[in-house]
Amino acid sequence: MSEPLVFHYDIDGEDFISAGQASIQIKKNLRRIGLSPEIIRRVSIAMYDGEINMVIHAKGGTADVMLYEDRIEIILADKGPGIENIEQAMQEGYSTASDTVRSLGFGAGMGLPNMKRYSDKMTIDTTVGVGTTVTLVINLI
Amino acid sequence: MTVKELVEACDFRPVCLPSPDRTVKGAYTGDLLSWVMGRAFQDNAWITIMSNINVIAVASLSDVSCVILSENVSLENDIVETAKAKGINVISSPLPSFETALLLGGKV
Ligand SMILES: Nc1ncnc2c1ncn2[C@@H]1O[C@H](COP(=O)(O)OP(=O)(O)O)[C@@H](O)[C@H]1O
Ligand SMILES: [Mg+2]
Repeated sequence: MSEPLVFHYDIDGEDFISAGQASIQIKKNLRRIGLSPEIIRRVSIAMYDGEINMVIHAKGGTADVMLYEDRIEIILADKGPGIENIEQAMQEGYSTASDTVRSLGFGAGMGLPNMKRYSDKMTIDTTVGVGTTVTLVINLI
Repeated sequence: MTVKELVEACDFRPVCLPSPDRTVKGAYTGDLLSWVMGRAFQDNAWITIMSNINVIAVASLSDVSCVILSENVSLENDIVETAKAKGINVISSPLPSFETALLLGGKV
């Protein structure tokens, strides 16, 4: 098994202007590599919502995307407030986003459900007061 | 039809058309960004009243063929510049989202 190709991004907290840049960059890279449009679309959607969550809920974090021969792994890690009730957070429409964030079009409560829908596997590792790490796996074969 | 043809057929105002020959297939209306990300399809025309910079990121990531801003919603200049740089077509419609969608009906 060869080493994965790794892309690392720092995601700025509370920066709504450049939010999404890491996802856009990844999309470009995957396109250049020649992955199928459907895979690229799934990675883009799942990663964008993860990126936005770190911006609006956790004051930023890091995104690492690892391209293996058979899968793509996305690790989104932050030192934000953590998620108290994962089951509740996973419900479509559930959101603790502020009115300011909502007025920008975020906070529909569809982020985590989208991330689950568009990945093959999603795990959430979170501790209140410590942070959250979301791992997404998208199979290539 | 192409984005350019759509602009002409519906008498919309082009805000910027860096990729005028993209094909429009179907449309999606919505203002909640995650919703649009998850539900709009590649090559759709995306009808919205949202006008902040994140619209450009979502349009780019979801691969829609154009953004149609309804109700004459306008974009700030620097956002238009970003759209141009990212190859995102932006069109302005004087009509509300529903009427804009009706105009598109049967055409795309
Ligand atoms: N990285 C995170 N850190 C802390 N809380 C989070 C994080 N991601 C999601 N959450 C919590 O889960 C809820 C649901 O997330 P999501 O489905 O993405 O909806 P939204 O972001 O629109 O609120 C959020 O409102 C927030 O309370
Ligand atoms: Mg979210």
